[in-house]
Amino acid sequence: MKDIKIEVNDLSLYYGEKKALKDISMIIPSNKVTALIGPSGCGKSTFLRCINRMNDLIPNVTITGQMLVEGVDIYDKNVDVVNIRKKIGMVFQKSNPFPKSIYENVAYGPRINGIKDKKQLDEIVETSLRQAAIWDELKDRLDDSAMGLSGGQQQRLCIGRTLAVSPDIILMDEPASALDPISTSKIEELIHELKEQYTIIIVTHNMQQAARTSDYTAFFYLGELIEMDKTKSIFTKPSKKQTEDYITGRFG
Amino acid sequence: MDSNIPKKNAFTKESLKKQFRLSEFLAEKIISSVAFLSIAIIVLIFVFVFKESLPIFNFGEKEAPKTEIGVNSDSKPESYRAAPMEDLKPESYGTEPIEELKPETYGAEPITQEDLKPETYGDVQAESTVASSEQSPALGPENNEGADKTWSTFLTTEWVPVSEHPRFGLIALLIGTLKVTVIAMLIAGPLAILAALYTSCFASKRAKEIIKPIIEMLAAFPSVVIGFFALIVLASFFQNIFGYDSRLNAFVGGVAMALAAIPIIYTISEDALSAIPKTYTEASLALGASKWQTAFFVTLPAATPGIFAALLLGVGRVFGETMIALMATGNAALLSANPFESVRTFAATIGAEMAETVFGETHYSVLFFIGSLLFIFSFVLNAVAEFYVKGRLIKKFQGK
Repeated sequence: MKDIKIEVNDLSLYYGEKKALKDISMIIPSNKVTALIGPSGCGKSTFLRCINRMNDLIPNVTITGQMLVEGVDIYDKNVDVVNIRKKIGMVFQKSNPFPKSIYENVAYGPRINGIKDKKQLDEIVETSLRQAAIWDELKDRLDDSAMGLSGGQQQRLCIGRTLAVSPDIILMDEPASALDPISTSKIEELIHELKEQYTIIIVTHNMQQAARTSDYTAFFYLGELIEMDKTKSIFTKPSKKQTEDYITGRFG
Repeated sequence: MDSNIPKKNAFTKESLKKQFRLSEFLAEKIISSVAFLSIAIIVLIFVFVFKESLPIFNFGEKEAPKTEIGVNSDSKPESYRAAPMEDLKPESYGTEPIEELKPETYGAEPITQEDLKPETYGDVQAESTVASSEQSPALGPENNEGADKTWSTFLTTEWVPVSEHPRFGLIALLIGTLKVTVIAMLIAGPLAILAALYTSCFASKRAKEIIKPIIEMLAAFPSVVIGFFALIVLASFFQNIFGYDSRLNAFVGGVAMALAAIPIIYTISEDALSAIPKTYTEASLALGASKWQTAFFVTLPAATPGIFAALLLGVGRVFGETMIALMATGNAALLSANPFESVRTFAATIGAEMAETVFGETHYSVLFFIGSLLFIFSFVLNAVAEFYVKGRLIKKFQGK
């Protein structure tokens, strides 16, 4: 783990009084895929949303501890949330394209960042959609509504939309959970290609998916980080009993 | 085991037979008939209003049988004030043959009264008709020409319904109505939509709980109260600021009508905005958009259809608003582009003059014609909006 992208120190999160994340400390390497696994309600999605401060939107959430992204504590008072989210993109569990045309969906991000030149926008849209491996399918219907696409296409469009603002880190919250096997495998291929340029953190329920796509795996249980290691080690010889029980399917 | 399986689960032809469910059948029929009844009532209202305005078109003999059917409705007024007139008319016309035609040539008859109108304004109708009896032989031929002219004066600008030569120019009224509507919508639209955007996207839950009911309470305000407020307070207030001549004018009326339209537009836009899934907001914020950018470029466009419907309802309210127009617009049928001139709207014209016209005469019919115009206008507006503008707006904001 030479290149540290994110360093988390004793991060705790409370929903009102309830402690949902308990003193998480971990290091996420750059340009790798890190998978967060664990049973439902164990806090892995909550943790993911901490990384780009999406939890700010939920009332009554308090967060303690440090979240250092490239050495900068993103929960520092002087840090602007909007700028964090520009650097840390997010793909959601349920594909959520805007009710706009396909082109507008992708161009939205660059546009709010002040890019007005049509030519430049066209270029960004094309490269983003190419990166998301969906350009060939959509290039002839860029003016159609994104709502008319299939679930898998919508999700890849959402990934393309995230790429269009050129973030450093991409957070994926179970990106393939609502998709069919073919779309899922397309997205997994995509993740594999994207890790050359981006640091990817992916939450998944599907352990095979974690094993297939990730370089590192972190196992969460009841709001605690039980274990984090290289994916190979976690799936072959986990050091904690709970991890082994979960991976072998004894619970969860 | 076998005994545990309920018999009704068995797929026999008997158990799968089509069942007749009486209560569901009845409920369905009742609901659908109620729905059709409401449509029928709307159509009937329009037919009635339009029928009352038919005489001005002077269709001649062909219309005679139709108007005879209308005699049934004439029987009602007879019991009030039309009765003495009917009795006296034979005197005024003497032995003229027209008299016999009277019941049938319903269209031509009112004109006589119309011309008599300045005099018949008082409560004692008998006197006036007697007084007019001296002139009536001379006016006889002119009356028929007058009936032809009614229709042709519609496109003039003068609205002088009560005169020896009445002119029913609708242009000034139309422009007046449009002027007030445009002013009201220019004020109410942005205010209401921005207020809705604030409450749905920015306000805290507590603030929303306070603001929404208060604005909605404004919708329950009787328009006469708003009109009174405009008449007493707003008119003086704006006159002090702008220093125009006529105290009551299109602008004051427009502002007052905006007050009436705001709660309607606000409520429906707010509902439309709140119905936008949170996932859109999250997606936008996750892309690094600020709250403002999200509200204006994602939430607002996504709610376009709802907001459009809200604006249409607002236009409908302003267009048909009578009491506020009557109290705050000055009611002078002037034709000008100046928003600070008095205007007279369609609805206010009907409201102000209907009580003072004589049943069945041209003026009366013209007022009903204006009523049908109001109906047609709002119908066309809604149709155009629904089928043309809305589709284009959605295409623009939401892709094909």
